[in-house]
Amino acid sequence: MSTIKEIAPELQAIADRVIAQAGKGEQIEAYVARGRETDIRIYEGEVEHFVSAQSEGIGIRVIREGRTGFAYAGTLDDDAIASVLADARDNVAFGTPDEWAGLAEADGVPVVAQELWSDALAAYATDGKIELAKELERLTRGADSRVRVDDANYSDASGEAAVASTSGIRVSGRENGCYCSVSTLADDGDETQTGFGFAVGRSPQEFDLAKAAREAADRATRLLGAVKPPSKKITVVLDPYVTAQFLGVLSSALNGENVAKGRSLFANRVGESVASPLFTLVDDPTNPKAYTATDIDGEGLAARRNALIDGGVLQGFVHSSYSARRAGTKSTGNAVRGGFEGTPGVGCLAMQLQPGTRSQAELIADVDDGVLIQSVQGLHSGVNAISGDFSTGASGLLISNGQLGGPVREFTIASTLQRMLHDIVEVGGDVDWLPMRAAGVSLVIRDLTMSGA
Amino acid sequence: MRSVIEQDVLERVLGTALRAGGDFAEVYAEDKSSTSAGLDDGKVEQVTSGRDRGAGIRVVRGETTGFAYTADLSEKGLRAAAEAAGAVAAQGGGGTRTVGLTRQAPHPVNVVEVYPDTVSKSAKVALLQRIDDAARSAGAAIGQVSAGYGDSRKRIIVANSDGLLAEDEQVRHLLRISVVANGDAGMQTGFESLGHTIGFEVFDANDVEELARRAAQQAITKLRARPAPSGSIPVVIKAGSGGVLFHEACGHGLEADLVGKNASVYAGKVGQQVASPLVTLVDDGTMAGEWGAIGIDDEGHPSQYNELIKDGVLTDYMWDHLRARKEGHAHSGNGRRQSYMHLPMVRMTNTYVLNGTETPEDIIRNTPNGVYVAKLGGGSVNTASGDFVFGMTEAYLIENGEITEPLREGNLIGNGPQVLRDIEALGNDFAMGNPGTCGKDGQGVPVGDGQPTLRVKTMTIGGTAA
Repeated sequence: MSTIKEIAPELQAIADRVIAQAGKGEQIEAYVARGRETDIRIYEGEVEHFVSAQSEGIGIRVIREGRTGFAYAGTLDDDAIASVLADARDNVAFGTPDEWAGLAEADGVPVVAQELWSDALAAYATDGKIELAKELERLTRGADSRVRVDDANYSDASGEAAVASTSGIRVSGRENGCYCSVSTLADDGDETQTGFGFAVGRSPQEFDLAKAAREAADRATRLLGAVKPPSKKITVVLDPYVTAQFLGVLSSALNGENVAKGRSLFANRVGESVASPLFTLVDDPTNPKAYTATDIDGEGLAARRNALIDGGVLQGFVHSSYSARRAGTKSTGNAVRGGFEGTPGVGCLAMQLQPGTRSQAELIADVDDGVLIQSVQGLHSGVNAISGDFSTGASGLLISNGQLGGPVREFTIASTLQRMLHDIVEVGGDVDWLPMRAAGVSLVIRDLTMSGA
Repeated sequence: MRSVIEQDVLERVLGTALRAGGDFAEVYAEDKSSTSAGLDDGKVEQVTSGRDRGAGIRVVRGETTGFAYTADLSEKGLRAAAEAAGAVAAQGGGGTRTVGLTRQAPHPVNVVEVYPDTVSKSAKVALLQRIDDAARSAGAAIGQVSAGYGDSRKRIIVANSDGLLAEDEQVRHLLRISVVANGDAGMQTGFESLGHTIGFEVFDANDVEELARRAAQQAITKLRARPAPSGSIPVVIKAGSGGVLFHEACGHGLEADLVGKNASVYAGKVGQQVASPLVTLVDDGTMAGEWGAIGIDDEGHPSQYNELIKDGVLTDYMWDHLRARKEGHAHSGNGRRQSYMHLPMVRMTNTYVLNGTETPEDIIRNTPNGVYVAKLGGGSVNTASGDFVFGMTEAYLIENGEITEPLREGNLIGNGPQVLRDIEALGNDFAMGNPGTCGKDGQGVPVGDGQPTLRVKTMTIGGTAA
C-alpha cells in the first residue's frame, strides 16, 4: 500500500464512517478494499478464456474488554456494512479475554515510499494484453521442437485499500502489477516432462518474454531421459528458485506469533548460533528490488528492515502489534493481511540472504559428489517447521568431480532444518529477485540424504 | 427456499450475454453465509462471520470463453457482467436470442437436520473448548493445542442458454485440530480433522473429544519416533488414510480437461489395463454426507457415481460441460468451481477404491519388512509425468510382519502409473479419509477420498535413516 493520503478517498470515507460509530470502551478497525483483475489464457493461438472482473469488500474488527470479534462481507452496500459491524460486535462476546488483544498504534517509524502503481499498466489496452500471451506462446513453441505449450497466460491485478482504526491508524493506498506465464510439455517417446516460465513487472514494458520462453522450454526438456538416482548421503546445490522456497519454509519459525505459542524451533534461542556463519538473513520490504517491497504493513505501520540471523546467530523475530505485546517488544511492521476476509497475522515480507561472490558454476566446480536441485515437489507436505523434519521430492542434475552430469528425478532429499542451516557450506553471488516473499540465491548444503532407487 | 435470482431476470441476463454472439451462456450465482471460530493457546481468539454473494457469467463461442463476475446481484449489475463476458465472444453478428428456462427437478444428496444458523455461537465455541480440554488431558507432554471450527450454508443457482435452471443448497461443517507435544529431542505435531456436508448434528454422531485425543496421541507417539528409512521399500497404507494417493496418483490424470490437452499420462488409455486387477476406482458425488458430496455440480448437472477404473481397466474420464460438449460425451457431474469468482473446470468429488478381499491383519502379517502409513498429509502430482509426492504424518516400521516403532515425518514419492500396477494386496476394511481441499489452477474445492488397507510393492520413502 502507498501512504499518499486520500489516494482512495471513497474507501477511506467508508472506513472512517465505520470507526466513528465506536462506543465507549470499544476499539474498532475497518479495512476496505476494492480490486480489479484481468486474466487471459491462450491455447494454440486462440483465446481460451478471458476473465475481467471487479470485487470489493469490508472487514471489521471490534475489541472490547480484551475480547475480539470479526466479520466481513464481499460487498460495500450500506446495509451489508451495517450488518458486518453488528455481526462483529455480536461475535465479541464469544472470544476469550486476552490481555494482549488490541489494535496497532502509530509508532513514529518513518515510511520509506515505494513505487507501487504504474499508470502505464493502468492504461494498457486489452488487445495488447492478449497479444503478449500469444507472443509468449509463439516464442515458447519456437524455443525447442520437442516442446508443446500447455497454456500461455497474461494476468494483471490492481487494488486499492483503506484502513482506519480508533487507535489512530488512517492510511489508504493502491497497487498494481502484472505477469505472463507459460506451462510447457516436452515429449520424447512415451515420456513427458513439464516446465514453466514467467515474466513479471509493474507494467508489461518490463517483461522479458524471450527469457520466460527459454526457461519454460529448458525446464521441460532438461528432465527428458532422467533416471532415479541411488540412495546415499550427498551435497546439494539449490538453484536460487529452490532456495527462495526453502527460505519461505524457514520464515514460519521466525514468526513471532509461532514463537510465543510454542510452535517454533527457534524459541528461546536469540543470541545463539542457529546456522553456519555464512548465513545472514534480513527481512527488508524497503528494498525496492524486492518483488514484495512495500511501504505499509497489514495494520498500517511502516514496513522496515529487520535483521533475523546475522553470521549464523539468531537476532530476533518478526512481529505484528499483537505478537509484539505478547513478547514484550514492539511491532516490527510485519502484520500481513490476506484481504478483507481476515484479521492480520504475522509474516516475513521480503527475505534476503546476504549473497556471497561466486557464480553457480564456480560453486558446482567445488562439489565432488552432489546434485543440483532445480525443482522441489511437496515442500508443503514434507517439511514440518515445528519439528524441523525436512523431506522433499526433487529433480535436477547429478554433479560429479565438479562437473554437471545427467538428469535425475523421482527422488527425495531429506535432513532437518536445524542441521541443514549448520551444514550450509557456501552462499552464491547470483541473487535473483523472484516474484516470491524471498529473493533467491544458489546455496550449497552438505550431508543431505538422497532417497531414490 | 427463495431463489438467489428470479427466473425472469436470469432469462433476460442470458439474452444480454448472447447479444454480441456466442453459442453458450451461463449464469452461476451463490449466496453464502459462514461462521468460523479459532481456539489457540487456550483462548478462543475470535469468532468470524462472513457473507459472500455474487454471480459469475460466462459466454462461450467456439473454443473461447469470456467470463466476468460481480457482487452486484441486481439486474443492472448482472447485465453489466453479462456484457463484459459477452464482449470476448463478439464477432460482428450477434442479434436477439430468447432463452426460456426449465427448472430441473431437485437432486438432494445430503440431508441436513440442524442448519448452522439455528445453532448458537456459544454451542460452536463450546466444541473448541471440549477439544482443548481433551487434547491437553492426553499427557503432560502436550505443549500447544489449536482448533478451528467452520460452518457454511451456500445456496447456488445455475441457468444456461440450453434452458437449464437448477438450484442447490450446500451445508458444511468442519473441525481441525493441531497439537504440539514437547519432548527431550524437540517438538512433534499431531493433526486430525472432521468434515461433512450435513448439519450441526454431525457433532452428535462423532466424538470430538476422541478426535482430539487421537491428534494428541499422534504427537506424543512421534516424540519417540526414529528417522524414517531412505529408499525403495514395501508400503502398507491403513484404510481411510491413503485415498489421497489415488487422488494424486491417478485422479487428476483422469480429468478430461488435462486429457484433452494431452497433459495426462492416461490420455488415450480407455479400455487398457492401467492398474493392478485388484483396483476398482470410482468418483462419487452422491456419497451422502461426505466432504465432496454435492446435489448438483457448479454447472447445474446432478452429481453422479462414476466408475473410472474397473478391475484395473480404465473405463472413463471425468467431464465438465465444455469438455463433454467438445468430445460429444455425456457430462459426469464433475464441473466445479471455488466460488462465483471462478470458472468451472473438471474436478473430483469423493474419489475412492472399492474393497478387496484380504483382512488388514493378513496384509500386515504378509509384509516381512516395510513401512505402515497410518496417516498421509497433503500431496501433489505432475499429471504429465505421473510423478507424485505426499507427506506421511503418522507412520511405523513393519518388521517380520508386525508393526513396531513409530517413524518421524517424511515424504513418500512415486510414479502414478507404476504405483497403480504395484498394488499387490487390497483389504476388506474400506474407510473414508479426512476432508480435503483439492487445489487446481489456483482454485480450491472440497473433496473426499477413501480406500481399504492396501500394500504397494515398493515406494520411495524420503527419510534419513540408511
